[in-house]
Amino acid sequence: MSTLLAIRDLDLTLGSKPPVRLLRRVSLQVEPGQIVGLVGESGAGKTMVSRVVLGIAPANARVTHGSVAFAARDITHLSEAQRRPLLGREIAFIPQNPMTALNPVERIGPQITDVLRMHLDLGRTDAQDRALALLREVHLREPQRILRQHPHELSGGMRQRVLIAIAFACKPKLVIADEPTTALDVTVQKQILQLIRELQRNSGTAILFITHDLGVVAKLCDHVVVMHGGRVLESAAAARLFENPTHAYTRALFAATPRFDRPADELKPIPAALTQQLNEEARVLDARDA
Amino acid sequence: MKVIAVLRNPRVAFGVLVLVVLIVAAAGATRLSPHDPLEQDLLNSFQHPGASDGDQSHPLGTDSLGRDILSRLIFGARPALIVAFVAALFAGLIGTALGLAAGYFGGRLDAAISRLVDIWMSFPSVLLCIVLAAVLGAGLHTVIIAIVVIDWTRFCRVVRAETMLQKSLDYVASAVTIGLGPGRILASEILPNVAPLLLTLFTLEMGIAIVVEAILSFVGLSVSSGVPTWGGIIQEGRLYVNQAWWLMAAPMACIIVAVLGLNALGDGLREAIDPVKAR
Ligand SMILES: Nc1ncnc2c1ncn2[C@@H]1O[C@H](COP(=O)(O)OP(=O)(O)OP(=O)(O)O)[C@@H](O)[C@H]1O
Ligand SMILES: [Mg+2]
Repeated sequence: MSTLLAIRDLDLTLGSKPPVRLLRRVSLQVEPGQIVGLVGESGAGKTMVSRVVLGIAPANARVTHGSVAFAARDITHLSEAQRRPLLGREIAFIPQNPMTALNPVERIGPQITDVLRMHLDLGRTDAQDRALALLREVHLREPQRILRQHPHELSGGMRQRVLIAIAFACKPKLVIADEPTTALDVTVQKQILQLIRELQRNSGTAILFITHDLGVVAKLCDHVVVMHGGRVLESAAAARLFENPTHAYTRALFAATPRFDRPADELKPIPAALTQQLNEEARVLDARDA
Repeated sequence: MKVIAVLRNPRVAFGVLVLVVLIVAAAGATRLSPHDPLEQDLLNSFQHPGASDGDQSHPLGTDSLGRDILSRLIFGARPALIVAFVAALFAGLIGTALGLAAGYFGGRLDAAISRLVDIWMSFPSVLLCIVLAAVLGAGLHTVIIAIVVIDWTRFCRVVRAETMLQKSLDYVASAVTIGLGPGRILASEILPNVAPLLLTLFTLEMGIAIVVEAILSFVGLSVSSGVPTWGGIIQEGRLYVNQAWWLMAAPMACIIVAVLGLNALGDGLREAIDPVKAR
């Protein structure tokens, strides 16, 4: 099978004065059915990568180099209208904050059936039935009642389940999850991760999983891409990366991650010298590519 | 049960009461009025409020032609309410449509609409009214068109700002990522979130329209003098203010209470059904 999502040498530049480079020759691939972890500290550009794929990059940012191909089709410069049939249907999105990602004044029912009726050409009752089935698939109890409720009547974990149901509703080929558990408390986080893995196994959907949490990556992902300062520093199979990280930054990231089998005082922050060196490298790259 | 919770807000309750009284007066004017508002009785002119001479009783007195003031006020609720509702409705429709488009699409469309609003608002509105009246002739339709033409900008500016705010929220990004088009997102995602604000603007605009209608009646640009209007009654009473103060005081009180009620309703609704609180 051919690669599902192929990002090649992607540059994203903010058209401000002076222009700011948000992504620097980013390349990554997601194979069908694979879970790829995208890790890196805050500001690395992880969200920007997902926003380019979804076509919701900031209005003043432009792709100035490289390409995004989905299912062997170049989608880098699709217009909004051209991209719409893909979104929700082939490529779906699980947002970071379930508290704000649902329309506050609309009931849950129509928020789920919207995507079904939009893409699957279902009638009202068929869509309703499908929505019920979806809520069961994400293990929400009393799905009938939830369909009639407003978002503020549900807990954060329940809302995230609803959003996951929406993402998987049309059996997309790729789901992009941007830190889907960061806004939730720890016990709920685990359940949500389990749910995502379960749905992924049942549907064979590929997932681009964005996170800070290396522990999650170790459990969930087949492949890992490490980003810093808008560029990819290392990209490897998960097993290989955890056994034998080659980039100094990846090793520093491991050392900075809390683990159960290691006392907290062994945690080391990412060395300032390393960050400085990476920023210097980025400057050299910018000069070369300008 | 949600309605009852909203009605518990004292301002909303007061506003709804005023609005109900207005609607009942306008709808049932023929039955509620003790007299024909046009019936003249020159022997009983300038009756004091409360005075009852013989078989005729005039709770709010009579005017220079002996017409019953209370009946005229009740009938005056009709043009006031019609103008308030129709003018606010059309000003709201035009302003909201343009405000939604400007706020959502941004860019050149927004620039064009915003410039138009700026230029529009710098026009002297009184002059605009007079020009309109000259072109269209006096009448209720002139009053309504004048208010719509002048006040759609009020809706447009507020709705544009609110749409820009809503557009930046996550739920709109979610709607985009499930493949909904801009028409759907505006109609079924953003508009329902702007609706409470619109309701508030609408009631405030009704109050403004009542005042404008009174002013235009006062200067004779509204309905012909045969039909009683609050502004018209004030205008007629002006000549006799030294003999019969109630001729001006009574319609003024009507206007003040109506506007106070509608403003209270608008402000109260803003507090009571703010969707942010429900989040
Ligand atoms: N709307 C925006 N307009 C312009 N620049 C932005 C915008 N959002 C983010 N940025 C910038 O883009 C860079 C990458 O941000 P991005 O959100 O992709 O980081 P991230 O890796 O997702 O971080 P986090 O883990 O905090 O979510 C940052 O330097 C940020 O300042
Ligand atoms: Mg992010």
